[in-house]
Amino acid sequence: MSQFLRDYLTVVWFGAIALVLGGLLLGVAALLRPNKPTAQKLIAYESGVDPVGDGWSQSQVRYYIFALLFVIFDIEAVFIFPWATQVERYGAFGLVVMLIFLILLLDGLAYAWKKGVLRWV
Amino acid sequence: MSAVILAADDIQVAQNIGFGIIAAIMVIGALKVVTSKNVVHAALSLVLVLSGAAAQYILLGAEFVAVSQILVYVGAVMVLFLFGVMLTRAKLGKETDLDQPKAWLGVPVALLMLGVLAWVLIDGFQDERLPADATSKAAVEISDSVLGPALVPFLALTFVLVAAVIGGIVLARKD
Repeated sequence: MSQFLRDYLTVVWFGAIALVLGGLLLGVAALLRPNKPTAQKLIAYESGVDPVGDGWSQSQVRYYIFALLFVIFDIEAVFIFPWATQVERYGAFGLVVMLIFLILLLDGLAYAWKKGVLRWV
Repeated sequence: MSAVILAADDIQVAQNIGFGIIAAIMVIGALKVVTSKNVVHAALSLVLVLSGAAAQYILLGAEFVAVSQILVYVGAVMVLFLFGVMLTRAKLGKETDLDQPKAWLGVPVALLMLGVLAWVLIDGFQDERLPADATSKAAVEISDSVLGPALVPFLALTFVLVAAVIGGIVLARKD
């Protein structure tokens, strides 16, 4: 096993310990605590305002735009990260290419802005 | 049989065990995606599958690809999926009439898919092997190819992304 994977084995152990610890605590708690559910106790906000309607409700289509813009700029980030580690090596050429990339993507954002879909109503 | 394969000299036991565990988790997740009665739960099972793919990338020494997988697929694309599910008129929560009587047709399609993908991989890489000591220097190679041979596809991709934004806005706006 290479050193690289050995490092990630630590991550695996961390995850495993977190799962075991969490499962153990929740399991012991489930065994020890008394369980007497009533309709009143099972409401989402037991001591709060009574919930109205169903938890599964349709959301507005305008929120889709935010998710879509998030995807676009996430992909932008994925391309910028490797470039950013090598900026000096690429020099002016890399800078120009990345600026073209950014300006083209900003067009989409400018369009969204102009159409007013960024406003959170 | 499997013990013989694991004990072979040129095969790395730890990697194989890791691959097996992750692959098993991914298969379970994939089965949950298609069998879950709740569309949102199916989407969350997909998170498991995509994270498993990220773990496999780590196992291959492709650290940057794994992080990108988490960032883009588990992060952004899943949000898009969930929004897509929540936007449609389809009933959220439990559904009982999701079973498709022609579901068995998926089996030959899946086998065909497996065959094509396996053939492409075997044909494309022949006897080429990854170095045993997987180290991560993928980010440099990726940026080198993006600013080198893949420059035109890279900029063409930008237009696809902008088209996606504008198309989404046009479709989502009511006026």
